[in-house]
Order: sequence, then C-alpha cells, then structure tokens
Amino acid sequence: MSLSKPAERKDLADLANLPSPQGRPGKRLPMRRLPVQRAWPTKWIVATQIGVFVLLVGLWQIGADHKWINAFFWSKPSAIAESLRTFFLSGTALTDIRYTFTETLSGFVLGTVAGASLGLSFWWSRNYAAVMQPYIICFESLPKLALAPLIILVFGMGLASKIALATALTLVVSTLTAYAGVRAVDTDNERLFYSLGASRWQVFCKLVIPSCLPWMISILRVNIGLALTGAVVGEFIASQFGLGRTIFYAGQTYDIALVWDAVLVLCVLSVAMYIGVSYLEKWLRKGVVR
Amino acid sequence: MPGNALNLEGISVSFPGQGGSFQALAPLDLHVEGGRFISLIGPSGCGKSTLFNVIAGLHVPTSGKVTIGGLDATGMIGMTGYMLQKDMLLPWRTVLDNVILGLEIRGMSKPEAREKVLPYLRQYGLAGFETKYPSALSGGMRQRAALLRTLLIDTDVILLDEPFGALDAQTKAQMQDWLLQIWADFRKTVIFVTHDVDEAVYLSDEICVMASRPGRVVEHITVDLPRPRTRDLLRNTTFLDLKTRCLDLLSHPATPSETVFS
Repeated sequence: MSLSKPAERKDLADLANLPSPQGRPGKRLPMRRLPVQRAWPTKWIVATQIGVFVLLVGLWQIGADHKWINAFFWSKPSAIAESLRTFFLSGTALTDIRYTFTETLSGFVLGTVAGASLGLSFWWSRNYAAVMQPYIICFESLPKLALAPLIILVFGMGLASKIALATALTLVVSTLTAYAGVRAVDTDNERLFYSLGASRWQVFCKLVIPSCLPWMISILRVNIGLALTGAVVGEFIASQFGLGRTIFYAGQTYDIALVWDAVLVLCVLSVAMYIGVSYLEKWLRKGVVR
Repeated sequence: MPGNALNLEGISVSFPGQGGSFQALAPLDLHVEGGRFISLIGPSGCGKSTLFNVIAGLHVPTSGKVTIGGLDATGMIGMTGYMLQKDMLLPWRTVLDNVILGLEIRGMSKPEAREKVLPYLRQYGLAGFETKYPSALSGGMRQRAALLRTLLIDTDVILLDEPFGALDAQTKAQMQDWLLQIWADFRKTVIFVTHDVDEAVYLSDEICVMASRPGRVVEHITVDLPRPRTRDLLRNTTFLDLKTRCLDLLSHPATPSETVFS
C-alpha cells in the first residue's frame, strides 16, 4: 500500500499537467505531402540494368589487369570469354547441358507426379494418413542430399542416380503440398457431393483432384529449382558428364575460367527452365479460373 | 403425387459427450405429403440442420426411420436434393457445368446433361451466364444456379437449409418469388429451414416450429393462404396473425398451445 501511494500521486500530477483539449499540445506536426514515387520508363530500367552489368564486368577486368584482384583465384572476364568459346566449340558444353537438362526434367516430372499421387492418396483413408505421417515427417526433415552417396551406390554413375536424387528432393515437397491441398478440401462441398449420391471415386475425381490442382501448380516453380539442385549435387559426387561435373572437375584442376563458364551456362539453363515452367503454370491455370 | 411423401418415425439423435450424451433431437415424427412446402423455424441449436443431415442420409439417426416415397431411406444418400446457405458452386466449373453436377454424378454423360439442363438455365433467369464462372455471378445468381443443381436431379424431396440467409432484403424477396414459381413448375416436396418468419409464412403450406434442448417440434401451423402468392399478402390480416403466432411460439417455446409433454 505504502509503495503504491507515491505512484498514484504521480499519476494524478500527470493528469493535472495534461493540456486542455482546446490548447495545442506539444509541437505542431510539420506539413507533409504524401510521398510519391515516379516509375521510370522500361527502357531506362533496362539501360540501367545493362549499365550495372557492364560496370561490374569492366571493373573486374581492369582490376585483374592491374593485379588489384588475384586472377588466379577469381579469373577475369576476357579469360572466361575465351574459355567459353573453347567450352562450346571443342569442349563438352552441349553434352553437359543435355545431360543436366535431362536429369533435372526427369526428376522434376517424376518427383512432382509421384509426390502428388502420394499426397492425394492420403485422402482415401485417415488411418493410412495417420500411419504414414511420422515417415513423411522423417523424410521431410532429413537433408535429402545426405542420401547422395547411397543413391550413387545403388543407381550407379549414370543418369539414373542423378534422376533419383532430383526426384528425392522434389518428392517430399510435392507430397506435403498435395496433402495440404487434400486437407483444405471443403467438407461442406464433400457433403454436397455425397448428398447428390456420389461415390468416393466420384468425389475424388470431381472434387479432390480439381481442388488440389492450384496447390500443385503453385509448387511447380519451386520444384524445378529443387530438381536442378539435386541433379547438380549428384554430378558433384560421381558423374562422367553434366554441368555440375564440369564445375567440380574445373575446380579440382584450378581452371577457374571453366568454373565460371559452367556456372554461367547453368544459370542460363535454370532461367530457361524457370520460364518454361512459368508458361506451363500459366497454361494450367487457365483451366482453373476462379 | 403419392410417390414423393416424406415420413419420419421416431427420429432421435444424440451425440456422445463428457458426462453423458447430448440429445440433439428428441424422438420426432413428421409426415409430409408429396408436393407440399414445409418450413422449419426455430432458435439456433434446435436441431434443424441435424434433422436435415438425417433426411439427406449424411447422418445416421440414433433411432427412428426415414421413409421417402415408401422406401426406407435411413442412412441412404442421394435420395433427396440438399442445398445449403453457401452455394457450394465449384469455382473451376462454368455455371452450366455446375448445374449438371448432380446428373453427372448419377451417371449421365456430360454432353447429354448439358443439353438437358440448358433450357432450364435459360428459363429460370440464368440466360447469358451459362459459360460464365461462378466468380462472375452475384449472390442471387449463384443461389439460383445452386438451387437448379438441386432441383434438376431426379429426387422428389428437396431440402433447403436457409438458402437465402446471406442475401440482402431485396434480392431475397426476388428469390422467394422465383422459388415459388419454380416450385409450382417442378411440384417437388420442399422442406425449408429459415430464421425469417415472414419468409416461412410467405412460402409455406405448413410451418413446424421447433424448440431446443432437446430439439423437437412444438407446433404445426397450417398456412391457409391462397396461391399463387403475391407481395400484397404481407399486409393481409391472416398473414399477420400467422406471423404473430409464430413469433409468440419462438419467444415462449415452453408454452405451446397443443403439444403434449410427457
């Protein structure tokens, strides 16, 4: 009680010091306009983007020429361009691209389709879904790349092991997404279907699959990136061809220009696949108009 | 039409809960003659939706028997048309394809069902919307599509669970007249749940007033108003008397005039 008394008195004092509503309490707020950002025309944006690239590459080249940057570790743009020419003309570039592309695409398709099927299958039985849950969580939390040596051992040095790794990476995400879609199916909608006399198969085909489709479409772009990661890491570990294998090999032999070449090509390849999947997504979404 | 009568015999539903079971519906008998329009009104939690689920076969009653057109329909799905306040239109299907859903589920091919349904869409106020997606429709239009989906399947009993509950007053009035029109054309048995006493009196041949804890029917009121009904009825004294009686029953469910309590 005795402790609270002074505090009470202080509150009262504060109250007494409050300015009257008619007065102007405190400082006056400075007059301000709504901040407006004016958008540049697209050509300015593109010109600036190119400018930034040229500036960085130019600085890198000049820096390497004047020994400010160690060209042994970092290489330099002119050497990279030269090496890129040989990589394409007399090197393994096209084989590598084809190899990595095939692995990624196969893993992407397999993982997405198998994952979606697995996730959708949980709709059929709550008990089955409950039994499977710990295994799914286990496989989800496990860094799939840790399985790489085992996968290489089982599937060999060829395409199969890389496809398996890319599939492993995309599978779980697809499964969980499809299962999330399954759980989000409106129960009232299910009741409507059953009240119309539908069989479980009809509910599955006409309600569950279409409801989950937007979920699956939204995962496609993530999956293509994951599949590429799986393929490249697989190539790091054991492979005869592929962009990942070239990066790894070039790094081992201190051919830094070739590392950059392969990274550059990989970058172009991944952007191309990303754009491809975006188109696929757009096309699929047309059938799922809201 | 003798084939589409609905008969409920001693339907009761109880849910298991902590400290004994909770009785959602006391043993309830209800007989609805074919082609009649019956409304159920009552406070929230009086078991209207449970009763609907039982009739639609979506919930097996603890005891009792549902007979539709002479057939034992207890726990059987697909014997009635069921429509909820939410329209439940599938967003990935066009209006036409939504309306054919029931026929499709019953095994009709898509083209055949479309051909059969198209004239109805045109006649009942959905002309020009056939190929639109539900997102492009107003609330009233969506309810029309949902109701047509329910009506066009070959069931004789239609359950409507507050179908116009979410609509604004004006749209609601339009939809009521539209429903009466379509009901007169189809001649199906309709069980209609609503919270709106005006709506119940305006639409029905008979009103069942329900009470809660446990859910039961406390009073059957016959609505002796001529058909076809028009908005002028809303000022009719019989209409007002019936409305007052319903409101009284809803506010004092414990003192029904004719119901026997054991």
